[in-house]
Amino acid sequence: MLQQFLHRLWVRLVEHLDGPLLLITSALMMVGLATVFSATYDANNRALSQLLNMLVGIAVMWCVAQVPPQKLMRFAVPLYVLGVVLLLCVFLFGVKVNGAKRWLSLGFTRIQPSEILKIAMPLMLAWYFHKYEASLRFRHFVVAGLLLIVPFALIAKQPDLGTAILVGAAGFYVIFFAGLPWKVIVGMIAAGAGAAPFVWTMLHDYQRKRLLTLIDPTTDPLGAGYHIIQSTIAIGSGGAFGKGWLAGTQTHLEFIPERHTDFIFAVFSEERGLLGNSVLVILYTLLIVRGMMIAANASTLFSRVMAGSITLSFFTYAFVNMGMVSGIVPVVGVPLPFMSYGGTALVTLFLALGILMSIQTHRMLVKK
Amino acid sequence: MRHSPLNTRDRELDRFRFRLAVASGAVLLAFAILIGRFFYLQVLQHDYYTTRAEDNRISLVPIVPNRGVIVDRSGTVLARNYSAFTLEITPSKVADLDATIDAVGQLIEVLPKDRKRFRKLLEESKTFESLPIRTRLSDEEVAKFAANRFRFPGVDVRARLFRQYPLGAVGSHALGYIGRITTRDLETIEKNEQEANYKGSDHIGKTGLEQKYEFQLHGETGYEQVEIDAGGRAVRSLSRTAPVPGNNLTLTLDAKLQQITEKAFGDRRGALVAIDPSNGGILALVSTPTYDPNLFVDGIRTDDWDLLNNSPDKPMVNRALNGAYPPGSTFKPFMALAALEIGKRTASQIISDPGFFSFGGHQFRDDKKGGHGSVDMYKSIVQSCDTYYYMLANDMGIDNISRFMGALGLGSRTGIDIEGESEGVLPSQEWKKRRFKRPEQQKWYAGETISIGIGQGYNAYTPIQLAQAVATLANDGVMFRPHLVSYVTDSKTGAKTYVEPQPLRALPWKAQNIETIKKAMIGVNKEGTGARAFAGAEYESGGKTGTAQVFSLKGADYRSGKLKQELRDHALFIAFAPADKPKIALAVLVENGGFGAQSAAPIARMVFDYYLLGKLPKGAAPEDETVEEEE
Repeated sequence: MLQQFLHRLWVRLVEHLDGPLLLITSALMMVGLATVFSATYDANNRALSQLLNMLVGIAVMWCVAQVPPQKLMRFAVPLYVLGVVLLLCVFLFGVKVNGAKRWLSLGFTRIQPSEILKIAMPLMLAWYFHKYEASLRFRHFVVAGLLLIVPFALIAKQPDLGTAILVGAAGFYVIFFAGLPWKVIVGMIAAGAGAAPFVWTMLHDYQRKRLLTLIDPTTDPLGAGYHIIQSTIAIGSGGAFGKGWLAGTQTHLEFIPERHTDFIFAVFSEERGLLGNSVLVILYTLLIVRGMMIAANASTLFSRVMAGSITLSFFTYAFVNMGMVSGIVPVVGVPLPFMSYGGTALVTLFLALGILMSIQTHRMLVKK
Repeated sequence: MRHSPLNTRDRELDRFRFRLAVASGAVLLAFAILIGRFFYLQVLQHDYYTTRAEDNRISLVPIVPNRGVIVDRSGTVLARNYSAFTLEITPSKVADLDATIDAVGQLIEVLPKDRKRFRKLLEESKTFESLPIRTRLSDEEVAKFAANRFRFPGVDVRARLFRQYPLGAVGSHALGYIGRITTRDLETIEKNEQEANYKGSDHIGKTGLEQKYEFQLHGETGYEQVEIDAGGRAVRSLSRTAPVPGNNLTLTLDAKLQQITEKAFGDRRGALVAIDPSNGGILALVSTPTYDPNLFVDGIRTDDWDLLNNSPDKPMVNRALNGAYPPGSTFKPFMALAALEIGKRTASQIISDPGFFSFGGHQFRDDKKGGHGSVDMYKSIVQSCDTYYYMLANDMGIDNISRFMGALGLGSRTGIDIEGESEGVLPSQEWKKRRFKRPEQQKWYAGETISIGIGQGYNAYTPIQLAQAVATLANDGVMFRPHLVSYVTDSKTGAKTYVEPQPLRALPWKAQNIETIKKAMIGVNKEGTGARAFAGAEYESGGKTGTAQVFSLKGADYRSGKLKQELRDHALFIAFAPADKPKIALAVLVENGGFGAQSAAPIARMVFDYYLLGKLPKGAAPEDETVEEEE
């Protein structure tokens, strides 16, 4: 009797989870926890706090996974509208921190509305394409482009180029998978290259500086270049096998800035070396491969483009972060998925993971 | 034609999967680039980045070595180090210097003179250097500041080694002093490729032995390797290379003799150089007035500096090396020796002195009216007969004189082991050509040779040149380079390195000629111009008095009392003792001292009495007005 109950409970618990995804993310989380432990070892250890963040994230993921994609679609418009309205509020009455208006004060706490758009943006566009699936015309892509541009511009204006890129990318992936003609894609790339000089003049000074220091970090060794110089030293000195856990000098003598958040990869890389890096990249690759499989087998247009967009967003996070820390991508504030410390980013990731799982586990039901 | 819904669906799915494949390809390509980047950083550039990481975390902190100690020939300490706490400010870390000094002044007394000195240091230094505002803090002051330290960022108490000269002003012209390193000193350090060794050093020898033997005295800077964090704070010590203390100098100088000699000068300006003729070691190097080198060690106060710099007595000038004076009659024994060596005179050759020597319609007068009568070489030296030497100079000619005197070292730097020597003037035809521009001035006139014979004219030599010359004579022509340092003791091995143990050259003088001159000089102290000063001496000594004209009286009577002090003649005396086997030779100069016998010779007597017998002469007053002088 009890056994039966426990069995049913177990089935209920796991029926909407995806085993491979869970396995891969668990491995990433373990690596992440150990790295956060090392990065914050010298003062104010955050490993436990990060574990709690993960548990909250997993709970969120489980809940989202229970919701079938059709129902998820209903959140698309309200969530998107809410996100854009909040972004407008930030634009009008936002709190300025370190020269950027990103936060909205609610009296007791502050929220960062751009975070909502990371999910709301692909959700909205996927819903939109799904709605007009049968009669998709070029004008729908134009409308989708507008839906993408507005929040993107608002976030970029804050200024928060990192989040703007992530939101914009998530939206673009949806449009791409929905079938944006190749001609248009090629045309956009050409136009982008042509517009680059004009964009350059529109960029903020600090953004320009970041691009310039990427080309030659030594031009500003104590300013903007410092982060990149110190993180590349950490990575390079890690060598093939790393200096060992808790033994990274760049980490523990505090040469790496933001070492438990955006630059956690430098910590990992210094202590684990090329071998560790390869394992990490393989884990991300597996995560992406699994996401692609889910997308390929998804039963509706919404599910397909949503799964594809989420999967490519994971890739974008991982690539931009590792590329930035190793000095081949400009410094933009992008956390490393499942590694960087931080509750909000982690919950957003798990939310996305929950959507992927929902798409995978509700597939059969739809087909029937 | 429209496709069936199913057909459209399949086509769309195909298109979607194709795009997934394209995206997957892009992902793999991007990750491959990342792995390539990691391979480049972690394998190809690994060594470079390892070095960078090590450079980041390891800082070398220099440990300043103890400066070598300077002792005299018997071990009396002349320069040493002591450790003391100083209150120091790093200007670059302090926003408002005056306010900070005021606030610190509430805790620890900061006198106006300390502020002044700090200001002066500030002008001379870079702002990131830590500069002393107060030195020699008491334990109580240190404790008081330590308790309040958090209030004063950029202000610190440090334990530092200070240089101290226990005998104060005694021998300061020989010892010199150290001071804070300036940009010019840095150039010297760079030229000697000592930059690494001076990291952490604030002081360097500025003059005297402290300067000349700087790189011996300094020692080797030690290093502590410390691990530092990104904020520059030392986390732990990794390794330590102990500093090697500087080498110690043992001088040939006799501190007691030096002290007695300086005292003998009283408040008179002058110089004395006493040399051990057998090795060139300097026993006393006096230039009066002196100064206290201790004033310079932690930055000299402006008022002290003004006092030293503006004094008409010029205490900072080392007269023994830098001052060039006509030798006067002290030149005569060397003239006589030259005459014997060249064969222009024999010892017994007699001349008749009418009291003057006529040349080209001009009368060169002897000091003694009516002359000395019949004069041989002995008498010419003992009585200091001018006419004898007018004639001799005329007979020898300027070329012979300058050749002989040049070989004796007159008119060229002796090469003593401290800086600041001047060349003096050895008159010669060639010298005149160099010295003057117009052709009629460049020509040497035979009449100019006459007064050269009695040590006047263009003649000008430093006291140390005269001392070297008389020491060479006393040592039978074997000449040494005068030196202050006997040996350098290596602080690591204890090995002694002797300075100048070999003679410079041996002059090929005939023993018989040397004997003649020495005998005459002994006569000077027995029955001649030096007899009064050396009355009752328990040893036999040789000497020669001299008077150098400061002011030409053009034939008028010289009465010292009637002349202003600064126009009086300089008094000179050269001497050696004991006569048979000289242990000490010296040259004394008393500026504006009048006759040599009167003021210079008694100082020589005191030096000999102390050096040879260990006592001060009884009843030998430094200045005796009653002595009859004939020169």
